[in-house]
Amino acid sequence: MLSAAASPFSRALKESALATLIVAGLAFPIIAFRADPDFNNLLELSARWPLFLAFCALGFGLRFLLSLWESRPKAALALAQATTGKQRKWLAPAALAALVAYPLLILALLGPQAALKWVDTFGVQILLYVLLGWGLNITVGLAGLLDLGYVAFYAVGAYGYALLAPLTGLSFWALLPVCGLLAAFWGFCIGFPVLRLRGDYLAIVTLAFGEMLRIVAVNWDAVTKGEAGLYGFPGLTFFGLPFIPGPRGFAAHFGVAFAGVHKLIFLYYLVLAIALLANFVSIRLRRLPLGRAWEALREDEIACRALGLDTAKIKLTAFALGAFFAGVAGCLFALRQGFVSPSSFTFTESATILAIVVLGGGGSQFGVAMAAALIVGSSELLRELTFLKAIFGENFDPTQYRMLLVGIAMVAMMNFRPRGLVSMRQPTITLGPEPEARS
Amino acid sequence: MEIFLQQLINGVTLGSIYGLIAIGYTMVFGIIGMVNFAHGDVFMLSAFIALLLLLLLTQGFGVAEGPAFVVVLFASMALTALWNFVIERVAYRRLRGSFRLAPLISAIGMSTFLANFVTVTQGPNNKSIPPFLDKVIAITSGGAYDVTLSYKQILIVAVTAALLAAFWYVVQKTPLGRAQRACEQDAKMAALLGVDVDRTIALTFVIGAALAAVAGSLFLLHYGVVKSSDGFVPGVKAFTAAVLGGIGSLPGAVLGGMAIGLIETMWGQYFSSDYKDVAAFSILAVTLIFMPSGLLGRPDVEKV
Repeated sequence: MLSAAASPFSRALKESALATLIVAGLAFPIIAFRADPDFNNLLELSARWPLFLAFCALGFGLRFLLSLWESRPKAALALAQATTGKQRKWLAPAALAALVAYPLLILALLGPQAALKWVDTFGVQILLYVLLGWGLNITVGLAGLLDLGYVAFYAVGAYGYALLAPLTGLSFWALLPVCGLLAAFWGFCIGFPVLRLRGDYLAIVTLAFGEMLRIVAVNWDAVTKGEAGLYGFPGLTFFGLPFIPGPRGFAAHFGVAFAGVHKLIFLYYLVLAIALLANFVSIRLRRLPLGRAWEALREDEIACRALGLDTAKIKLTAFALGAFFAGVAGCLFALRQGFVSPSSFTFTESATILAIVVLGGGGSQFGVAMAAALIVGSSELLRELTFLKAIFGENFDPTQYRMLLVGIAMVAMMNFRPRGLVSMRQPTITLGPEPEARS
Repeated sequence: MEIFLQQLINGVTLGSIYGLIAIGYTMVFGIIGMVNFAHGDVFMLSAFIALLLLLLLTQGFGVAEGPAFVVVLFASMALTALWNFVIERVAYRRLRGSFRLAPLISAIGMSTFLANFVTVTQGPNNKSIPPFLDKVIAITSGGAYDVTLSYKQILIVAVTAALLAAFWYVVQKTPLGRAQRACEQDAKMAALLGVDVDRTIALTFVIGAALAAVAGSLFLLHYGVVKSSDGFVPGVKAFTAAVLGGIGSLPGAVLGGMAIGLIETMWGQYFSSDYKDVAAFSILAVTLIFMPSGLLGRPDVEKV
């Protein structure tokens, strides 16, 4: 009895000793030392042994706990039965009400000056990513086409607005669908040649196209102004009323004091409405023959072809529709930023949007929105916490830690909930009086 | 003509580095059919390991640069191999038999992690080492342009050639190579015949990482500078090389690497260096769309 009790413990000890050695090997030069240029621009090493030892200890501790956990009595597993999820019907309306009330609440609580940042970074920015996430979810989550160049369509929308608005003199209401259609057209053009490719090849080719578009935007100075970017294009207007101080502006027309936040609140509702439209379209489409075809294609392409589905047409529509929403999001991005440059459309951006879809899990629209809020909001929140600077030093940049964690989360998601990426199909017709019992 | 010759030399040097990385892509793809997206970042990590070890040896212990580089080369191979072993274990092993895109997405996550891990631990700036071994041999002189061949370039090409020979021997003549080729053809059958598939795949990652580490050290030697975002573009180019040569084919990877290196330098010389990355990316897209089996690859037959 005593030996049986001691053996998992000693085994855990042995395993964690090995784990410590491995962690030490991994961490040896990269964590134990740091190279920084000195005054003569020569690299100088500085040792960080406490950090190195902390990592080793962490490796030891985690592995030790994991080993003990693995050798626990297996009878406990029976308790971990999946509990059936309750249908929470109130969740969606409540979330919607909160979203609608959010900017006004912030404005009432903080006043127009302090509300600026909260409406902009925590409102408009997150909603833009939600819109992008829902758009990409059509391509990746529904149709199963991994698009690593999604940010290219975003860029097409942003550049489309920034170039067309001064050129044509049209208002953004007219240009919003134009930008979407432009991006959808690009999606069609890029989608057309890559249709024959298998899943991972398709991903790589879309990545290549996305990067090519960015490099062209960097180098084609005559049109895109290169790295300097485009600015000074017409901004947002409230149905023709510009958000400017003075008699012709929005504030004077409605008899309120001018505040920069008005424009952002209007933009916030605009993005919210378009995001909800994207949500509505993708939920509705899933019940139409087209949406069913997407999901069938994702599950088994050969079976689809055998049943006489036109796979080329189905893939193209998924690609183009996803691109359409990215284009619209790009147009809104240009309106928010007032400045469009290639540095906003790097591969990291594509990876972030993909991470939002992947971590959203369950292919669920709500999950994607939560993931967007978490990933985009967290780095902004971390930036606010000044005490972190005291711990990690002056040049602490939470964005790097954010992407570090996002990377780990993507790996973990694939390892532990791989099917979480694709949408679950609720049975459309169920027998019996209690359809809830099935979920 | 002199300029052409010079660019030829530069292109072959660059191509050797790409070829070494491309082998890692092609072997992993051959054996588990996965695009190892994180391989470019493993390469970048190895360059950082080499940089730190080189500084440690030359500054901390006062070793001369030449011998230090030899030690660094082997140590960086070993440490990067350990990294990739752990990466395979943590990020990819459980995903075999999962749905098709799962390993690729996991690899994208890993790539994001590695790039930001190095940024966080070493800072986002360029790290440049003092140049060494920068003697050159003039091949032509007296003309309008002196063609030179530097000791570095000789070393890079020689190390690449020696490694490829050793690597070819391992794959063709040893039991490990035999097991690897067996897993590549049919992993299930190989397992039935007593090949430890998990171990073979882990060793494939280890070998791929060791070759990437050589490429990383040589990259550091050649350019003298590395930064944490350096994994992405060389990674994609090396993957292009692997695709161009025919993914799954080892001579193809080297041939593709040389081709990409030459195209890149020639394009930069004769067309426009702004668009030289576009050249590599378009080759990638065009090859995958029109010639998915590459120059030397087997055609990919889809069995139902």
